[in-house]
Amino acid sequence: MVQLVRERIDAKGLRERIARPEDGAVVLFEGTVRNHSGGRTVKHLEYHAYESMALQQLEEVREEALRTHAIRDIGIIHRLGTVHPGECSMAIVAVASHRAAAFEACRFAVDRIKSAVPIWKKEFYENGAVWVEGDTMGL
Amino acid sequence: MALRVLFFASLADITGTSEVELEASPNVTIGAVFATLAARFPLLEPHRKSILFARNSRYATPDTPVQDGDEIAFLPPVSGG
Repeated sequence: MVQLVRERIDAKGLRERIARPEDGAVVLFEGTVRNHSGGRTVKHLEYHAYESMALQQLEEVREEALRTHAIRDIGIIHRLGTVHPGECSMAIVAVASHRAAAFEACRFAVDRIKSAVPIWKKEFYENGAVWVEGDTMGL
Repeated sequence: MALRVLFFASLADITGTSEVELEASPNVTIGAVFATLAARFPLLEPHRKSILFARNSRYATPDTPVQDGDEIAFLPPVSGG
Protein backbone atom coordinates (compact mmCIF):
# COMPACT_ATOMS: atom_id res chain seq x y z
CA MET A 1 0.00 0.00 0.00
CA VAL A 2 1.45 3.38 -1.02
CA GLN A 3 -0.36 6.69 -0.80
CA LEU A 4 0.05 10.43 -1.28
CA VAL A 5 -2.24 12.43 1.01
CA ARG A 6 -3.00 16.09 1.60
CA GLU A 7 -4.41 15.71 5.09
CA ARG A 8 -2.78 14.65 8.35
CA ILE A 9 -1.16 11.21 8.12
CA ASP A 10 -2.85 8.54 10.23
CA ALA A 11 0.23 6.51 11.16
CA LYS A 12 -1.68 4.37 13.65
CA GLY A 13 -4.26 3.60 10.96
CA LEU A 14 -1.47 2.56 8.60
CA ARG A 15 -0.07 0.25 11.26
CA GLU A 16 -3.49 -1.32 11.79
CA ARG A 17 -3.96 -1.90 8.08
CA ILE A 18 -0.54 -3.50 7.57
CA ALA A 19 0.15 -5.53 10.73
CA ARG A 20 -1.25 -9.05 11.23
CA PRO A 21 -1.02 -11.58 14.05
CA GLU A 22 1.68 -13.60 12.27
CA ASP A 23 4.10 -10.65 12.40
CA GLY A 24 6.63 -10.71 15.22
CA ALA A 25 7.91 -7.20 14.48
CA VAL A 26 6.17 -4.00 13.43
CA VAL A 27 8.47 -1.06 12.73
CA LEU A 28 6.78 2.30 12.26
CA PHE A 29 8.89 5.20 11.02
CA GLU A 30 7.51 8.71 11.06
CA GLY A 31 9.43 11.51 9.36
CA THR A 32 8.42 14.76 11.03
CA VAL A 33 8.94 18.39 10.10
CA ARG A 34 11.71 20.14 12.08
CA ASN A 35 11.23 23.72 13.24
CA HIS A 36 14.78 24.61 12.25
CA SER A 37 17.06 24.17 9.26
CA GLY A 38 20.57 25.48 8.73
CA GLY A 39 20.21 27.82 11.72
CA ARG A 40 16.93 29.32 10.50
CA THR A 41 13.51 28.95 12.08
CA VAL A 42 11.16 27.01 9.82
CA LYS A 43 7.53 28.18 9.88
CA HIS A 44 6.23 25.43 7.65
CA LEU A 45 7.08 23.27 4.65
CA GLU A 46 5.31 22.79 1.38
CA TYR A 47 5.63 19.44 -0.34
CA HIS A 48 5.07 19.24 -4.09
CA ALA A 49 5.16 16.10 -6.21
CA TYR A 50 5.01 14.85 -9.75
CA GLU A 51 2.12 12.79 -8.51
CA SER A 52 1.68 10.13 -11.20
CA MET A 53 5.42 9.40 -11.21
CA ALA A 54 5.77 9.66 -7.42
CA LEU A 55 3.09 6.99 -6.94
CA GLN A 56 4.82 4.68 -9.42
CA GLN A 57 8.18 5.27 -7.76
CA LEU A 58 6.74 4.67 -4.28
CA GLU A 59 5.30 1.40 -5.53
CA GLU A 60 8.73 0.46 -6.94
CA VAL A 61 10.36 1.25 -3.58
CA ARG A 62 7.75 -0.96 -1.89
CA GLU A 63 8.32 -3.82 -4.33
CA GLU A 64 12.09 -3.54 -4.04
CA ALA A 65 11.86 -3.57 -0.22
CA LEU A 66 9.72 -6.72 -0.41
CA ARG A 67 12.15 -8.35 -2.83
CA THR A 68 15.32 -7.56 -0.94
CA HIS A 69 14.24 -7.89 2.70
CA ALA A 70 12.64 -10.73 4.66
CA ILE A 71 9.50 -8.74 5.42
CA ARG A 72 5.88 -9.75 4.91
CA ASP A 73 4.60 -6.31 3.94
CA ILE A 74 5.45 -2.62 3.92
CA GLY A 75 3.18 0.42 3.58
CA ILE A 76 4.17 4.00 2.79
CA ILE A 77 2.23 7.27 3.09
CA HIS A 78 3.74 10.62 2.07
CA ARG A 79 2.03 13.92 2.71
CA LEU A 80 1.79 16.77 0.17
CA GLY A 81 0.93 20.45 0.60
CA THR A 82 1.55 22.53 3.71
CA VAL A 83 2.99 20.70 6.74
CA HIS A 84 3.86 22.38 10.05
CA PRO A 85 6.70 21.60 12.47
CA GLY A 86 6.00 18.52 14.56
CA GLU A 87 3.63 17.07 11.98
CA CYS A 88 4.32 13.85 10.17
CA SER A 89 5.40 14.21 6.53
CA MET A 90 5.95 10.52 5.85
CA ALA A 91 5.01 7.27 7.58
CA ILE A 92 6.38 3.82 6.79
CA VAL A 93 5.29 0.56 8.41
CA ALA A 94 7.33 -2.60 7.80
CA VAL A 95 6.21 -5.92 9.24
CA ALA A 96 8.18 -9.16 9.47
CA SER A 97 8.55 -12.32 11.49
CA HIS A 98 11.72 -10.88 13.03
CA ARG A 99 12.82 -7.36 13.89
CA ALA A 100 16.08 -7.05 11.95
CA ALA A 101 14.42 -7.26 8.54
CA ALA A 102 11.67 -4.83 9.55
CA PHE A 103 14.17 -2.23 10.82
CA GLU A 104 16.35 -2.62 7.74
CA ALA A 105 13.45 -2.45 5.29
CA CYS A 106 12.22 0.76 6.91
CA ARG A 107 15.63 2.38 6.59
CA PHE A 108 15.97 1.14 3.01
CA ALA A 109 12.58 2.64 2.06
CA VAL A 110 13.34 6.03 3.65
CA ASP A 111 16.68 6.24 1.87
CA ARG A 112 15.18 5.26 -1.50
CA ILE A 113 12.30 7.70 -1.13
CA LYS A 114 14.68 10.54 -0.34
CA SER A 115 16.79 9.85 -3.42
CA ALA A 116 14.38 8.55 -6.07
CA VAL A 117 10.77 9.66 -5.58
CA PRO A 118 9.89 12.95 -7.32
CA ILE A 119 8.73 14.92 -4.27
CA TRP A 120 10.20 18.29 -3.27
CA LYS A 121 9.94 20.41 -0.17
CA LYS A 122 10.08 24.16 0.13
CA GLU A 123 11.06 25.61 3.50
CA PHE A 124 9.29 28.77 4.60
CA TYR A 125 11.05 31.06 7.11
CA GLU A 126 10.14 34.43 8.67
CA ASN A 127 11.72 36.09 5.65
CA GLY A 128 11.52 34.09 2.48
CA ALA A 129 11.41 30.53 1.29
CA VAL A 130 13.85 28.09 -0.31
CA TRP A 131 13.42 24.88 -2.29
CA VAL A 132 15.41 22.09 -0.69
CA GLU A 133 17.39 20.04 -3.18
CA GLY A 134 18.44 16.59 -2.15
CA ASP A 135 21.03 14.05 -3.01
CA THR A 136 20.37 12.07 -6.16
CA MET A 137 23.45 9.92 -5.97
CA GLY A 138 22.72 6.40 -7.06
CA LEU A 139 20.33 7.31 -9.84
CA MET B 1 5.25 16.15 -33.15
CA ALA B 2 3.65 17.57 -30.03
CA LEU B 3 5.21 17.20 -26.59
CA ARG B 4 4.10 18.30 -23.16
CA VAL B 5 7.01 19.36 -20.96
CA LEU B 6 6.66 19.69 -17.19
CA PHE B 7 8.89 21.67 -14.81
CA PHE B 8 8.86 21.01 -11.08
CA ALA B 9 9.84 22.84 -7.90
CA SER B 10 12.81 25.21 -8.42
CA LEU B 11 12.70 24.64 -12.18
CA ALA B 12 9.10 25.87 -12.32
CA ASP B 13 10.21 29.00 -10.43
CA ILE B 14 13.11 29.54 -12.84
CA THR B 15 10.99 29.22 -15.97
CA GLY B 16 7.93 30.88 -14.47
CA THR B 17 5.76 28.02 -15.67
CA SER B 18 5.06 24.43 -14.72
CA GLU B 19 4.16 23.25 -18.19
CA VAL B 20 4.86 24.07 -21.86
CA GLU B 21 3.59 22.58 -25.09
CA LEU B 22 6.39 22.04 -27.57
CA GLU B 23 6.45 21.20 -31.26
CA ALA B 24 9.52 19.04 -31.88
CA SER B 25 10.96 17.43 -34.98
CA PRO B 26 10.78 13.63 -35.24
CA ASN B 27 13.54 11.46 -33.75
CA VAL B 28 14.71 13.94 -31.17
CA THR B 29 16.03 12.93 -27.77
CA ILE B 30 15.23 14.30 -24.34
CA GLY B 31 18.64 16.00 -24.37
CA ALA B 32 17.64 17.87 -27.54
CA VAL B 33 14.34 18.88 -25.96
CA PHE B 34 16.26 20.24 -23.00
CA ALA B 35 18.57 22.21 -25.30
CA THR B 36 15.57 23.74 -27.08
CA LEU B 37 14.04 24.82 -23.77
CA ALA B 38 17.35 26.02 -22.34
CA ALA B 39 17.52 28.37 -25.34
CA ARG B 40 14.06 29.68 -24.45
CA PHE B 41 14.76 29.79 -20.69
CA PRO B 42 18.51 30.54 -20.36
CA LEU B 43 18.41 30.23 -16.55
CA LEU B 44 17.85 26.48 -16.98
CA GLU B 45 21.29 25.83 -18.43
CA PRO B 46 23.29 26.11 -15.16
CA HIS B 47 21.08 23.35 -13.70
CA ARG B 48 21.76 20.94 -16.55
CA LYS B 49 24.00 18.62 -14.54
CA SER B 50 21.65 18.20 -11.61
CA ILE B 51 18.42 17.81 -13.58
CA LEU B 52 16.82 14.37 -13.82
CA PHE B 53 14.68 13.54 -16.82
CA ALA B 54 11.47 11.58 -17.06
CA ARG B 55 9.46 10.37 -20.04
CA ASN B 56 5.83 9.45 -19.40
CA SER B 57 6.40 9.27 -15.62
CA ARG B 58 9.50 7.04 -15.87
CA TYR B 59 13.11 8.05 -15.34
CA ALA B 60 14.90 8.54 -18.64
CA THR B 61 18.29 9.74 -19.86
CA PRO B 62 19.30 12.53 -22.25
CA ASP B 63 19.69 9.84 -24.94
CA THR B 64 16.12 8.61 -24.58
CA PRO B 65 14.16 9.21 -27.82
CA VAL B 66 10.83 10.98 -27.50
CA GLN B 67 7.62 10.24 -29.40
CA ASP B 68 4.58 12.23 -30.43
CA GLY B 69 2.31 12.87 -27.45
CA ASP B 70 4.99 12.17 -24.82
CA GLU B 71 4.99 13.88 -21.45
CA ILE B 72 8.56 14.90 -20.65
CA ALA B 73 9.49 16.14 -17.18
CA PHE B 74 12.54 18.00 -15.88
CA LEU B 75 13.13 17.24 -12.22
CA PRO B 76 15.50 19.00 -9.82
CA PRO B 77 17.17 16.78 -7.18
CA VAL B 78 14.32 15.35 -5.12
CA SER B 79 13.90 16.24 -1.44
CA GLY B 80 10.92 14.30 -0.11
CA GLY B 81 10.75 12.45 3.14
